[in-house]
Amino acid sequence: MEGKQIMFAIFAIVIVVFSIFTVTSRKILRAAVSLLMVLIATAGLYFMLNYQFLAAVQLTLYAGGIVVLIIFSILLTSQLDHKFEVVELKKTIFSALAALAGFIVVVTTILKHSFEADTAAATEVNMEVIGKSLLNTGSDGYVLPFEVISVLLVAAMIGAIVIAKKGSPVKEEKSNK
Amino acid sequence: MNPGIPLEFYLILASAMFFTGVYGFLTRRNLITILMSVELILNSVNINFLAFNRYLFPGKLDGHFFSLFVIAVAAAEAAVAIAIIINIYRRFTTINVEDVNSLKY
Repeated sequence: MEGKQIMFAIFAIVIVVFSIFTVTSRKILRAAVSLLMVLIATAGLYFMLNYQFLAAVQLTLYAGGIVVLIIFSILLTSQLDHKFEVVELKKTIFSALAALAGFIVVVTTILKHSFEADTAAATEVNMEVIGKSLLNTGSDGYVLPFEVISVLLVAAMIGAIVIAKKGSPVKEEKSNK
Repeated sequence: MNPGIPLEFYLILASAMFFTGVYGFLTRRNLITILMSVELILNSVNINFLAFNRYLFPGKLDGHFFSLFVIAVAAAEAAVAIAIIINIYRRFTTINVEDVNSLKY
């Protein structure tokens, strides 16, 4: 019991500190690495909630996939020793105010509402359950969103290839002028 | 389930992460850092889904599958966004949103 609270505190501190570092760091590669730390700590939270499959997905897809994609595009598009200029003070203040106001509103709402934890026995989330629910057409099935997401992935893949490939040479010349 | 840690802790942590992402989205001027802020926001939503699922509806799996689909959508979004960013870089040789101020013509 005690250990869980300590683990939660560690994950929470890592998430908060590195999230702030992600949005304020002036070196872009450092921002990307702190995003990676945030995503790994989030996977730790998923392990604490007993969703092992989702934690593994988070580690492979987010930490392994998206962060690597982001770092690739950083290497393609930015000078690494380039530092962002400091954000204008006015912009910083107003953005921080907006974020802080939203945070206060959300937190007061959360604290006002009393959540009643359900004490029903938890279903074990193993691969069998996940696979059966993903391809089930019954009341607890998710086959429709599953199919929609697979179509979306194909569309995104084709779209990314079409967008990122080099245009025809005539067009390139035109755009250079 | 999960004794010792109230549900509110997860929710407050997720909202802190969400609004850090909002702050980054408002202040950053580089397309990739804006994309990273969006990832933060999506990730905080996932934490909320899973915490609600575990604490309030432990017999069901809706939150679990929702966050699975959110992760898939985030991956697709990141792929397309980075394709667009690389295309923009090729045309303007910068990915600063304030310098990218013309559409097709």
